Amino acid sequence: MNDEFKAAGRMRWGWFIAFALVLVLLPLVSETSTPTLLAIWALFALSLGLMWGYAGILSFGHAAYFGLGAYTYAIGSINLGESTAPLLLAILLPAFVAAVIGAMMFYGRISDVYMGVITLVITLILFKFMSATAGDAYRIGDARLGGFNGIPAFPILNVPGDASLTIYGLPYYYFVVVCLLGCYLLARWVLASGFGRVLLCIRENEARAELLGYNAAAYKTAIFALTAAMAGLAGCLFANWAEIVTPAVFGLGQSVEVIIWVIAGGLGSLAGPMIGALVLGMLKLLLGEQTLIDNSLVLGVILILVVLLLPRGIFGALTTWRTRRERGGARIESGAGSRRRRRTPRAEAS
Amino acid sequence: MDYAAVVALEIVYMIAFLALISAGLAIVFGMMRVINLAHGEFVMLGGYATIASAKAGINIYFAMLVISPLVVGLWGLIVERVVVRHLYGRMVDTMLATWGVSLLMVGLVKLVFGNTAVSVPAPIPGYQLGSFQMGGYNLFIIAVATLTVLGLWLLLRYTRVGLIARGAMQSADVAASLGYNPKLVYMWTFTAGAALSGLAGGVLAPLTGLLPSSGGAYIAKAFIVVITGGATVIAGTLSSSVIFGTINQLVSFGSTPVFGELAMLALAIVLLRLMPQGITGRFFRNSA
Repeated sequence: MNDEFKAAGRMRWGWFIAFALVLVLLPLVSETSTPTLLAIWALFALSLGLMWGYAGILSFGHAAYFGLGAYTYAIGSINLGESTAPLLLAILLPAFVAAVIGAMMFYGRISDVYMGVITLVITLILFKFMSATAGDAYRIGDARLGGFNGIPAFPILNVPGDASLTIYGLPYYYFVVVCLLGCYLLARWVLASGFGRVLLCIRENEARAELLGYNAAAYKTAIFALTAAMAGLAGCLFANWAEIVTPAVFGLGQSVEVIIWVIAGGLGSLAGPMIGALVLGMLKLLLGEQTLIDNSLVLGVILILVVLLLPRGIFGALTTWRTRRERGGARIESGAGSRRRRRTPRAEAS
Repeated sequence: MDYAAVVALEIVYMIAFLALISAGLAIVFGMMRVINLAHGEFVMLGGYATIASAKAGINIYFAMLVISPLVVGLWGLIVERVVVRHLYGRMVDTMLATWGVSLLMVGLVKLVFGNTAVSVPAPIPGYQLGSFQMGGYNLFIIAVATLTVLGLWLLLRYTRVGLIARGAMQSADVAASLGYNPKLVYMWTFTAGAALSGLAGGVLAPLTGLLPSSGGAYIAKAFIVVITGGATVIAGTLSSSVIFGTINQLVSFGSTPVFGELAMLALAIVLLRLMPQGITGRFFRNSA
C-alpha cells in the first residue's frame, strides 16, 4: 500500500517537461487544429481518470459536465459579448451541478451500479432536453438553444478586457496546452495533498476510512465536483474549437468514448488517460477519413479486449512490466489502482 | 369519454412496451446480477432479423415470433461464452465489456445493412375509436407483452426449469451442491434473456423502423425499468413498468412526448435515491 501512496504523490518532472516540450514544439511540424482538439480530449480524459482511477468513482455520464461547460460558455458569451466571465461560469456551473448530484448520491450511499444508472440518466435527460429546444420559446437571454442544431456563432475566447482581441489558431492551441498542463499539475497537487491520500484510502476501504473519522461522502462529493469542473473547462474549450455546440456533446457516444480512453490508457495513473485520449482520438480522426470500418466497431473491440485482457490498461500494463523488471522479476503486489482488489478490500493492512 | 379511452389505451400500451423491452434485461439482471448494456442492440438486432426475413418473403409473424428470438438468442449465447462468462461477479467490468459489445454491434450492423433507416409496414391496420384514429398494431403489442410476462411467470413459478433457475439465483452454491452446474444455468439464462430481447425487437420493428443506432432508444428505458424494479424479475418489471408507463403518458398528454420521457427519467433518479435496492428491495420481496 505504501508504494501506491508514494506513487500517487510522485511527480516525474523529467517526463512532464519532455511532454510539455513536445506539446510546445508541435506547431513547428504540424497544423494546430487537430492537436488542439486532441489536447482538449486529453483534458476531458484526465478529469475522468482522476476521479475513476484515484477515487474509484465511475461516472457513466461524464459527458454531462463536458456538455454543460460547452453550453454554459456558448450561452454566456452570447449574452455578455465577451469571454472571461463565461469561461469562469463554464467551470463553476458544472462543478456546482456535480456537487449537488454527487451529494445526493454519496450521502444517499448509492452503490456503484446504481450510480452508473443515475449518471447515465442525467446525461440522457440533458441530451433529450437540449435536442427538444428548437424554436423561439427556448431561449436564455439572447441565446436561442436551437434544439438539435445547437447554438452556432457565439463569440469565441478573447483576451480579458478587450472583446475585439479574439484568441484562435496558434495562440488558442497554446492556451489549451496551458489549460491541460495546468490541470495535470493541479491533479498531481491534489493527489499529493492530504485530501488526495484520504481519497485513496476511501477507494481502498471506505468503511475503514470512515471509522478513522473521515467523512467519505464529503470527500467523494468534492472530487466529483472538482473533476466536473475540469470536464466543464474541456467542454468550454471544445465549444471554442468547434465554434458550435450541439446536443451531441451530451451524447452517450461522448460518455463511452471518454471511458474507453481512460480504461485503455490506464486506470490509476494520470498520464495513462491522457495518452489514451491522444492515441485513440487520433485513431478516431483517421478512421473518420474512410468509410470501410466504422469507428464504433473499433472502439467496441478495444473496450472488450481491454476489459478482458488488460484490466489496468496499456499504460498500467507497461508500468507493471517495467517495475517487475526493475525489481528483478519479483512479483509486485501493490500496483496503482488494481480494480479487482478495490471491490474486495483486504482484511489486513500491509 | 373517447379521449379518456384513448389516454387509457395509450397508458396500457406504454406499460406493455416497457415490460416487453425490459423482460430480457430483467431476467439477466435478476438471475445473474449482470447488467447487459448491449441490451438495446440486442433488441435492435431482433428488429433487423424480422425486417430482413420479412423482406425475404417469410411470413412476418413467423419472423418476429420465431426467427428474431432464435437469431438474437444464438448471438447472446456467443456473447456469453466469449465475453460475459469471464466477468461474473465483476459488475462494473461487465457493464463496460457489454458496452463494448454494444458499440461492436452498431458497427457491424452499419457494415452489413448500411447506415440508413429500414422498415416494414405494420401487418394490422388501424381502427377508429370515436373520433380518434388508433394503431391496431398497438393491441398486438399489448397482447404479446401480456403473454410474455404471464409465460415467464408460469415458467419460473411452476416448472422444473424455473425452479432450478430460481434456486441458482437464490444460492448458486446450494444449486451446485445439488448437482446443477450454475455456469450452465447462467449460460442458458443469458441466452433466454437475449432471445426475449430479440422477440421484443422483432415485435416492435414494424412500429418504429430501424437504424443501426436504434438500440440507444431502448437501453435507457429498459435500464431504468429494471434497475428501479429491483432484482425480482416479474414483480419488479411489472411494478416499475406501471409507474413509468403511467407517468410517461400522463405527462406526454399534458405537454409533449419529450417531457413525458424527461419526467420518466427524472422520476427514475428520485426513486433510486429513495430506494437504492429498487422497488422490490422494499416491497414484494418474496415474489418471483
